[in-house]
Amino acid sequence: MDEKRIVRSELRWVFVVAAAVTLMLVVIVATTLANALHPPSNVETIDPATLHIAGEFTEANLGTQENADGTVTVRLIATQYAFVPRCLPVPEGRPVSIRVTSPDVIHGFIVAGTNANTMVVPGFVAELTTEFDEPGDHLMPCHEYCGLGHSNMWAVLRVVPEEEWIPDANGRMTCELVP
Amino acid sequence: MNSSPNRLVAAHIWVAFIAFAVAAVMGAWQMLVRSPIDAPLETAETYFVSVTGHGALMAYVLPTLFVMGFGYYVAMTALKQPLPGLRWAWAGFYIAAIGIVMAVVTVLSGQATVLYTFYPPLTGSVFFYLGVLLVVVGSWIWVAVMITAMMKWKRANPGAAVPLAMFATVANAILWLWTTAGVGAELLFQVLPASLGWTDSIDAGLARTLFSWTLHAIVYFWLMPAYIAFYTILPKVAGGRLYSDTMGRVSFILFLLYSLPVGMHHLFMDPEHGSGFKFLQMMLTALVTVPTLLTIFTIGASLEIAARLRGGKGLFGWVRALPWDRPMVLAAGFSFIMLGFGGFGGLINMSYAMNSMIHNTSWVTAHFHLIFGGSVVIMYFAIAYHIWPKLTGREARSLTPIRVQLWLWFVGIVITSFPWHILGLFGQPRRVSSFDFANPEIAYWGPWTTVSAIGGFIMLAGAALFVWNLATLYRGAAADRTMSYAMAVHQPREVPRVLNGFGLWNTLVAVLMIVAYAWPIAQFFFLDTYPAPVQRVDVGG
Repeated sequence: MDEKRIVRSELRWVFVVAAAVTLMLVVIVATTLANALHPPSNVETIDPATLHIAGEFTEANLGTQENADGTVTVRLIATQYAFVPRCLPVPEGRPVSIRVTSPDVIHGFIVAGTNANTMVVPGFVAELTTEFDEPGDHLMPCHEYCGLGHSNMWAVLRVVPEEEWIPDANGRMTCELVP
Repeated sequence: MNSSPNRLVAAHIWVAFIAFAVAAVMGAWQMLVRSPIDAPLETAETYFVSVTGHGALMAYVLPTLFVMGFGYYVAMTALKQPLPGLRWAWAGFYIAAIGIVMAVVTVLSGQATVLYTFYPPLTGSVFFYLGVLLVVVGSWIWVAVMITAMMKWKRANPGAAVPLAMFATVANAILWLWTTAGVGAELLFQVLPASLGWTDSIDAGLARTLFSWTLHAIVYFWLMPAYIAFYTILPKVAGGRLYSDTMGRVSFILFLLYSLPVGMHHLFMDPEHGSGFKFLQMMLTALVTVPTLLTIFTIGASLEIAARLRGGKGLFGWVRALPWDRPMVLAAGFSFIMLGFGGFGGLINMSYAMNSMIHNTSWVTAHFHLIFGGSVVIMYFAIAYHIWPKLTGREARSLTPIRVQLWLWFVGIVITSFPWHILGLFGQPRRVSSFDFANPEIAYWGPWTTVSAIGGFIMLAGAALFVWNLATLYRGAAADRTMSYAMAVHQPREVPRVLNGFGLWNTLVAVLMIVAYAWPIAQFFFLDTYPAPVQRVDVGG
């Protein structure tokens, strides 16, 4: 076998590889930008030791809040071994911003079967914005090991149809877990 | 095993595979715990002790000790010179062995249930971290011996091309040195001071970032022996030649360059980093597919040469003419299939946006079990089977148990990992000990979890048969102890200097790491960060 032929065949393959990798990146970048898909990247710090005493994540502020422009913000805390609150109502088909942080160790947040997903790292607020299109209860397990009680750390995200979406005068909405 | 250097190799490989066997039992049991079937000793504590042990043994002990043992063997047989610093190598072995015992005892006693990825601010007993560090220190001695061996050979053979097997081994040694810097810094500056009680808080974001430095490159450190076997052993066993020595060198250099500045793709879902560096490292991650794609072509062509020499015909019909009865060829075939599926899953993980569907779900567990447990570990088996006659001086009495073992492992891992992919898409989180399958929301996860557990026990049977084979099968006819590596179609006597050493490539790695990691690490010293209080898992529960 001629060495030049070998080199030529390899160069042809290198070209194929370069084209395949480029195509893949183009698809990823194009879909990311077109669908505005952004993983939580807000780099917002918070003191895990004091977040329950003052500021955005005190108990009264936790839960679902409808904003003046019709969008919805959900604030919650992931702590050993529960999410607070444990039931999160959100309206169907509207942009929802989820803001979550931890006072103790690392936790994980996922709404099963959707792309709502983030790490919860103490010292940082994770924020993600998405829409939920399937009405009903969606399970929300903690997806990062946080200690021996980790497996019991589940909450529920309840997607409420528009006609049943009736927040109170302050724009607050709550829900109860059916035992 | 008549001579001390051979004992050195065998000692490393035995420790690697004993750790593997213990961890395989843990793994199968864990799958039972996660399934709807009742498992003996099932509690949250035993489960997470087991996960910590399984991870530490499979990720730190098995590959590190295997890579070290195989590296020593390559250095002696490819360079055809005595190993420099044999005493040092033994010292490294004993340091690592002490570390392994220390870490395992600490984990099993429930004093370090923090998983093998540490997850500070959770903090366990200092002996766990020290044990892991000792394994790393032992491996650093290996790195020094590998570099010294190559330099010594180069001095004795001025201008000659370093044999590809050794060139690749040294590439891996250098890669490992870079790799361990991240986790080393995390342990030394953050985790050890906390576990010694010197500090009472840890910057969790910084810790995750330092760990991510290690987290992807370590996977390529595990992978390299498989690729060394593809390039330098497989073509010969198949009855042919390596298509291109140069392409091998280029691939190993690209692995060194691109497996390091990509670790932040493990942090796509982390709030402590902005989208810019996540995006940059995703682009770099795409480049790490290049050496694998090059390898598939070069090894495919090498196998085609072998098959056509054996009378193979047709555009793809030659595949049938390969000697599939030889364990190395069979294992490589399985390895390529698993690499294909695992690689596909990996493309989803590395894509900036799609990853949010499957991050930290069973999909990820499926991905790395397919790639590491499948493609890589099956090549560890094949390498051990290949060099065992040369170490023991005896052939295997029969190849049938070896073939059965490779089939068991392949079938087991497919049955284990395919359902995991599906469960991951459903949103099943990883690292959860038990699920409430009575809950209608997740009841349908149950059957898939059970199937996957069955796969786990097939793997366990494969693991047990492997250890049995190594221990009892090599009592056949006297074997030729000479290890010879595949020749290239055009075996080079000399190669350009850049393809014969790592000076330039080391500099480039440094540049890439500064570009990829300087700001992501430095930002923690500029931001108003708040460290998280240390939480001990080893005192008072």
